[in-house]
Amino acid sequence: MKRVVVTGMGAVTPVGNTTGEYWEALVRGVNGIAKIESFDVSGFKHTLAAQLKDFDPTQFIDKLTARKTDPFVQYALCAAQQAVDDSGILEKIDHEEFGVYFGSGIGGFETFCNEHQALLEQGPRKVTPQFVSKMIYNIAAGNIAIRFKAYGPNIAVSTACATGTTAVGEAYRAIRGGYATAIIAGGSEAAIAPLTLAGFGNCLALTPSSDPNAASLPFDKRRGGFVMGEGAGALVLEEYEHAVNRGATIYAEVCGYGSTCDAHHVTAPDPDAAHSARAIAQALKESGEFEASKIYINAHGTGTALNDKTETHAFKKVFGDAAYQLHISSTKSMTGHLLGAAGAIEAIAAVKALQTGVIPPTINLNEPDEDCDLNYTPNTAVTAAPELALSTSLGFGGHNACIAFKKV
Amino acid sequence: MVFEKVAEMLAEKVDCDVSEIQAETKFADLGIDSLDITEMVMNVEDEFGIELGMDASLETVGALVEKIESIVDKK
Repeated sequence: MKRVVVTGMGAVTPVGNTTGEYWEALVRGVNGIAKIESFDVSGFKHTLAAQLKDFDPTQFIDKLTARKTDPFVQYALCAAQQAVDDSGILEKIDHEEFGVYFGSGIGGFETFCNEHQALLEQGPRKVTPQFVSKMIYNIAAGNIAIRFKAYGPNIAVSTACATGTTAVGEAYRAIRGGYATAIIAGGSEAAIAPLTLAGFGNCLALTPSSDPNAASLPFDKRRGGFVMGEGAGALVLEEYEHAVNRGATIYAEVCGYGSTCDAHHVTAPDPDAAHSARAIAQALKESGEFEASKIYINAHGTGTALNDKTETHAFKKVFGDAAYQLHISSTKSMTGHLLGAAGAIEAIAAVKALQTGVIPPTINLNEPDEDCDLNYTPNTAVTAAPELALSTSLGFGGHNACIAFKKV
Repeated sequence: MVFEKVAEMLAEKVDCDVSEIQAETKFADLGIDSLDITEMVMNVEDEFGIELGMDASLETVGALVEKIESIVDKK
């Protein structure tokens, strides 16, 4: 089996449009949530979201490409460009060995809504010929490959809110198994729209709070649902020897991955947490032995009543009493829930925590809940020198994924 | 007049100076693909109130302009 390392990272998030800005904001506890400004929310019960600030796609892509792509592809291309630039891999890789594992929970939703409206209001001849190629959810992976001439395996992953983690994990396995030398892995989402706000709201997934500082409340007793976010995260995963031989900067080693399904309910997690725990246990087993006090877990921590309780239960199932020694946080308290991109940006947070020894906080965690009684790093970042960093993701459909990173 | 209008639409689309667009300019040289051309044709139809039919085989700006003119003249 090959070893796999992270050699590049890129992030476009509600708290920063580069990896550096994103991480600095997480450490400072910056809240990216505010009232939705991109459309009129009067008449909506749910009015908050974590939207990108001052995002200009033409910093990374030309105007023609920007016009021909849905925002979810623009975010993906910007994150991927950052990651590829960061890695310095482009001139060093055999492009037939260069893959893309990139997903989205939903795909080109804005395009879908706009063109559907055009169809209803103006008829079929008003639907743009770009519709399909802008909207389909695999097209971020396709566009990334076109941009970097990545002729290797190219797979679009969609496991709802676990998408980003699944993409990174499956890319790790592909390199580990020798099927590619390097892979751009991650996820992208741009789905903050009236229809999703109504849909997620009506299935009781979103918080009805109108106070940005009392909205995304992972592990807090007051939690009442998540806040939608948008953005993208991309990681360049690379076979270890290849990275060393070209003198690449290695941020971390990908050392474990677990993937299971609850097979229980379309939206609700299995309260027994048997299979979410198993995903974490798989990643942990593959990683080797680590003391719980030296482990950081970037939790899925969505701020829904069921998720946080069940996830806490899963941690206890895996670690037993040692679960109380873990360093845990949910950075969704700051970024909101980026759905298909969440696992990707959270993998980056996990790598940065490992690299810097700083655990980002769960902000606005003020009212403890007896069902959530672990150390979630409330409100302020702490220095802890973790040796293993895990990132968990649990998606609608019962998808459970956990990725593990350690220092090289 | 048709040429000027088409050149203006193209320049706006690819974000270049309108003077860069000549009758012999190939769409491919502007970085425009068949989907873009199809979209252009649809926009042209709206602009001139005509029906060209979806034709992605046009290669140059001049060819598009000629086709539009032939239909506009008939009206």
